[in-house]
Amino acid sequence: MSIFEYNGSALVAMVGKNCFAIASDRRLGVNLQTVATDFQRIFKIHDKLYIGLSGLATDAQTMYQRLVFRHKLYQLREERDMKPQTFASLVSALLYEKRFGPYFCQPVIAGLGDDDVPFICTMDCLGAKELAKDFVVSGTASESLYGACESMYKPNMEPEELFETISQALLSSVDRDCLSGWGGHVLLVTPTEVQERTLKGRMD
Amino acid sequence: MARLAADAPTKGGFSFDLCQRNEMLLKKGMHLPTFRKTGTTIVGLVFQDGVILGADTRATEGPIVADKNCEKIHYMAPNIYCCGAGTAADTEAVTDMVSSQLQLHRYATGRESRVVTALTLLKSHLFSYQGHVSAALVLGGVDITGPHLHTVYPHGSTDTLPFATMGSGSLAAMAVFESKFREGLTKEEGIKLVSEAICSGIFNDLGSGSNVDVCVITKGHTEYLRNHQLPNPRTYVSSRGYNFVKGHTEVLSTKITPLKSKVEVAEVDAMEE
Repeated sequence: MSIFEYNGSALVAMVGKNCFAIASDRRLGVNLQTVATDFQRIFKIHDKLYIGLSGLATDAQTMYQRLVFRHKLYQLREERDMKPQTFASLVSALLYEKRFGPYFCQPVIAGLGDDDVPFICTMDCLGAKELAKDFVVSGTASESLYGACESMYKPNMEPEELFETISQALLSSVDRDCLSGWGGHVLLVTPTEVQERTLKGRMD
Repeated sequence: MARLAADAPTKGGFSFDLCQRNEMLLKKGMHLPTFRKTGTTIVGLVFQDGVILGADTRATEGPIVADKNCEKIHYMAPNIYCCGAGTAADTEAVTDMVSSQLQLHRYATGRESRVVTALTLLKSHLFSYQGHVSAALVLGGVDITGPHLHTVYPHGSTDTLPFATMGSGSLAAMAVFESKFREGLTKEEGIKLVSEAICSGIFNDLGSGSNVDVCVITKGHTEYLRNHQLPNPRTYVSSRGYNFVKGHTEVLSTKITPLKSKVEVAEVDAMEE
């Protein structure tokens, strides 16, 4: 079994019209046994920047703590929030630093940059950035997520339609993956508000 | 507190603190994950006025295509570009690092960077890691001494060539070069030949695909033709698409937080009369 399949995870982020959505599943497992059904994989860095971390849960939590630490230092020095592109470079550098003994997590970063232009990107566990203009996926359900997002995604979706699309893509993909699921957690961020929703999914 | 200090911005270079834990996990039977590789076809050739570099745009993670349009031609200096094959994180990190070192060197010397400088910095870094930094590069540029094209292998060896190919599609691309290359090509002929070689890699090698990127470097001028050719357009899009009506998804709970706009505090001079 791969190290990535120890806990199981599913993460997806999509770009809409002046907004973005990031969604994850809620299962935490130990091999094939489910240990928690309310596990948080998406973390807030600041009001308009979120990071989702898939892979080994302990490394995801450690990475998050290190990133929040670095961002708080940045806020104190620069007296402003970090831009999403800068944050992505920071995450990439922190992951590459451990090139020969890596953290087993794959981040998905989503944020609103200058002029509220949405930014999404994902990386492998060594920090190789992939900047996409439409959607990014990560986790054990990534192969199904690629397929679902490829067919369901449309450019320039309004926030409501974006929420429906990302939810359907997530739920249909985790249903094809034993190691992720048990509901979903979707965050939709527009320039004026953040909508956080919990989805009802199959509990198997 | 010593631990916390270690977390603060480090002096750079690799850190090996998780190696022991990862070894233990390997022994317990957990396989290491596959890193994102750029399966790749990368090529370069020297033509009459300079150097032309070409690359495909597919990034793979095992057998899955992770990125259908990634950038494999990396900027090193205004007159030097580098194509990268191998582990994506390694090629990106090594080219970024050498690009920064070249910039500092330009500030120190006040001169345009030379291709051999980039070459030496790359090969000495890769050799010191004995091939574990898995980056195979095609480095090309035009400096005061003329046009140069080099290949750099993960263990640190280099070759200087009039035309070169690297990556999993290198054999397919080299076949095109060996039959059609000649000295003193014009710019249009060069771009056409490079595109043909990359297309050969895209269609015949499974690790390469999507589009063709080309970069033309001449004395004093560089043209980066991103997505010069798109031989694999997506033609199977459904015109209707999926339409999910509002309220289609079952929601258990909703929480809406309005975002406060950040108030800008104007800087006031302390000693204003």
